[in-house]
Amino acid sequence: MLPEEIKSLIGQTFGTTVFEIEKESVRRFADAVGDYNPLYVDAEYAGQSRYGSVIAPPGYISSQWYWGSSDKPAGKESNLKISSLMDVIRALMDAGYHQAVDGGIDYEFFIPVRAGDTITATSLVKDIAERGKGDDRAVFLFTETTYTNQNDEKVAVTQVTSIHR
Amino acid sequence: MSKQIYWEDIEEGGEVTPLTKIATTQMLIKWAGACGDFNPLHYDPHFTESVGIDKPIVHGALKRQWMIQLMTDWMGDEGTLSKFSCRYRAIDYPRPMRTMSEPEDGETWTCKGKITKKYIEDDRHCVDCRIRVENGNGETTTNGKATVILPKRS
Repeated sequence: MLPEEIKSLIGQTFGTTVFEIEKESVRRFADAVGDYNPLYVDAEYAGQSRYGSVIAPPGYISSQWYWGSSDKPAGKESNLKISSLMDVIRALMDAGYHQAVDGGIDYEFFIPVRAGDTITATSLVKDIAERGKGDDRAVFLFTETTYTNQNDEKVAVTQVTSIHR
Repeated sequence: MSKQIYWEDIEEGGEVTPLTKIATTQMLIKWAGACGDFNPLHYDPHFTESVGIDKPIVHGALKRQWMIQLMTDWMGDEGTLSKFSCRYRAIDYPRPMRTMSEPEDGETWTCKGKITKKYIEDDRHCVDCRIRVENGNGETTTNGKATVILPKRS
């Protein structure tokens, strides 16, 4: 049985994260993946494409969680986003779930993310559910994040699943 | 980039052009720096042993990004990835480095995809695919699905 204080986290929104899409950061990301698509790394090529500028690979924005600054007043950490996610994980640890693994992700992409965009990410605890029995017992944490750009256009929505034992 | 594929040219049951990848300890460090995931599970054997895993493991999110590349390479500049999802099913271990830039011999991973559905929705020419990452033994360690929108010839 999930403790009440864990259940009470369902529906709560984390601190909002704001970050800029920098060309160099996109290039380092592409290099880490080994994905040298010229739309990501060649400004001249990308400029002549239908996008008109360097774009970030799909997936880039969901892997910048820990870098963004927050538009909320600074708390105990310089980055409220991770401290808020950590607050959920810590609550699960206090309830006896000490290990966390990444379970997967679902994306819906709406419009491309271009170098120079400013992205705002807002996350919410979509659901926390206990599954399995005995040794297989685990808690599934579903976090939904909505990404918007500087024009208030929705660029993507993700749902991340983490598994806690 | 590679030549453009068009919606008319693909068939349900067809294959997405496979993409091979080699995870190395160096790649994991680059990935950690590039995305800011500093979980020691991916670089610190002292830590991994303490949680019962022999050695550092490949980030699920890196395998996700390989699968995204599988789709974006295939769909070309005029294609658009509209939906993507994946689930991490099993652990993968990176190859250690032999030199500053070369990994030891060992495992090679292959990202694969199969076209499951071809349809038109809201005037968009869509293709659904089932996708996966196979390890060196041909076992699927990550799987998922993707929807791309392809250009039409005429």
